[in-house]
Amino acid sequence: MKSAHKKAVLGKTIVYLILIIIALLMLIPFVWMLSASIKTDREVFIMDPFVLIPKDPRWSNYTNIWKKIPFGKFVENTVFLTLVVTFLQLLTSSFAAYAFAKLDFKGRNKLFLAYIATIAMPWQVYMVPQFLMMRSMGLNDKLLAIICLQAFSAFGVFMMKQFYTDIPDELCEAARIDGMSEYRIYFKIMLPLSKPALSTLTIFTFVATWNDYLGPLIYLRSQSKKTIQLGLKMFISQYSSDYGLIMAGSVLSLIPVLAVFLMLQKYFVEGVASTGLKG
Amino acid sequence: MAKPHLSRNLKRNLVAYSFIAPNFIGFCVFTLLPIVFAFVLAFCKWDGSNPIEFMGFKNFTRLFGDTFFKAALKNTILYCLGTVPLTMVASLGLAIVLNQKVIGRGVFRTLSFFPYVASLVAVTAVWKMLFHPTKGPINSILVNVFGHDPQLLPQWFSGSLVLVSMILFSVWKFMGYYMVIYLAGLQGISSELYEAASLDGAGTWNKFRYITWPQLSSTTFFVVVMLTINCFKIYDIAVMLAGGGSGELTESSTVLVFYIYQKAFINWDLGYSSAVAMVLFVMVLTVTVIQFYGQARKERTDR
Repeated sequence: MKSAHKKAVLGKTIVYLILIIIALLMLIPFVWMLSASIKTDREVFIMDPFVLIPKDPRWSNYTNIWKKIPFGKFVENTVFLTLVVTFLQLLTSSFAAYAFAKLDFKGRNKLFLAYIATIAMPWQVYMVPQFLMMRSMGLNDKLLAIICLQAFSAFGVFMMKQFYTDIPDELCEAARIDGMSEYRIYFKIMLPLSKPALSTLTIFTFVATWNDYLGPLIYLRSQSKKTIQLGLKMFISQYSSDYGLIMAGSVLSLIPVLAVFLMLQKYFVEGVASTGLKG
Repeated sequence: MAKPHLSRNLKRNLVAYSFIAPNFIGFCVFTLLPIVFAFVLAFCKWDGSNPIEFMGFKNFTRLFGDTFFKAALKNTILYCLGTVPLTMVASLGLAIVLNQKVIGRGVFRTLSFFPYVASLVAVTAVWKMLFHPTKGPINSILVNVFGHDPQLLPQWFSGSLVLVSMILFSVWKFMGYYMVIYLAGLQGISSELYEAASLDGAGTWNKFRYITWPQLSSTTFFVVVMLTINCFKIYDIAVMLAGGGSGELTESSTVLVFYIYQKAFINWDLGYSSAVAMVLFVMVLTVTVIQFYGQARKERTDR
């Protein structure tokens, strides 16, 4: 008995040891980022001794970054894009998914097949022709291009359809007998029920749009149209040794996305887990 | 009698189409059409302004003699071969540890998601500092703790080591994501199996070997497929870690998507760029087809 107990304690110790090591690996880059963001460029690499918070923290890094580059404009563009894309994505894909899941109409399977067929198609394969088309529509160097690019994904329709299919049909049938129009059923019954799925889609879309780099890189050329990711990358290329400022900008760029993640993380985890189970 | 029935049908169809239209129109214009265009373009020569010229398979035969393309393909595959197994093992290990009854499980899970959610520009900037060849803490630990020769310190972001850096970074960034998929898989394993094994005197390793691993086979299959496809699409990690000031990649660090980007937006060789894109498409398609048949086979055996 005693040796079994000893073994269990040893097992637990090993588990916690692994956990602590992993937590450190995950956290160190972020701690480093925070610490370096309040240091001077000379202080950041001093390892002997390494100080987490310097005696004279350089908070001015956080104000200077707004002056060195039009950081405010970048934030404004990114927030605008993220909000509009997320809103459109939620609205149009839940709208379409409702029809695919709950309505019977001509060509339903064929239309849905069009969505399925593109699932295996990486965006990188058609990003060039997509750009050429948008350019011919006069969307080059316009924020609208990024909205068109991100707002109508097949992924959103899939996810919402999956969710709506699991809601019993009787619910809609009963409402139809009561004389409710399909639009009312969607707004009054389905939409309130789909809060979890909408939350999952929100966090996925938010994170993807906020962090997107290649899309904005292709479309947004002028300084006043740039997003935070592009702006930060530009700053890093120009002032590659202004480590304190780079880190301050990095911290600022992470705050919104981490905040949204922490608020909605339950739905994020559920979303990821369910995609795995399906496969 | 037939007429009101017909018009009711028509009305029903119209209502349904009105639901689909907002998304479908956007989807057609910005996804479907460009995809068709991509296939056509791969067989043409175009610089974006002069008339398009049909080329047949010339773009594809040109690929065989293009050393930069071959380097991009080779690097993408090597990156994939390194990242997929390492991420899989790390995320499975993490999931098994987090599936135990441990204090602060939720906190650990949240933490392991941070790298995944955090934007690449910010976290790669930190990595470039941590692995800085002359000033970075990683190399200074190599010198001061492990007695590494200060003259021969590893150059993490150039030459042959750049792929290693990309792989290490990717494992760090993605393991939390796949860990959640594994956690869901682990929670689907019946605890009775483990109890029965305990009665038979099975140790931790045997439980893993004969219960956990086989029970997770479909999860592992899915994780490997997803990881492989995502690795094929690598672009920004390479550009941020290895790219110079203007983001250009050399032969030792170039990847397929970068080559697509470079050929199109720097050289305006649009047809050729699309031919490279087709190679990427065939790679992803192959993995998808394997997944499709693997899944179908599994469903047959489950029945």
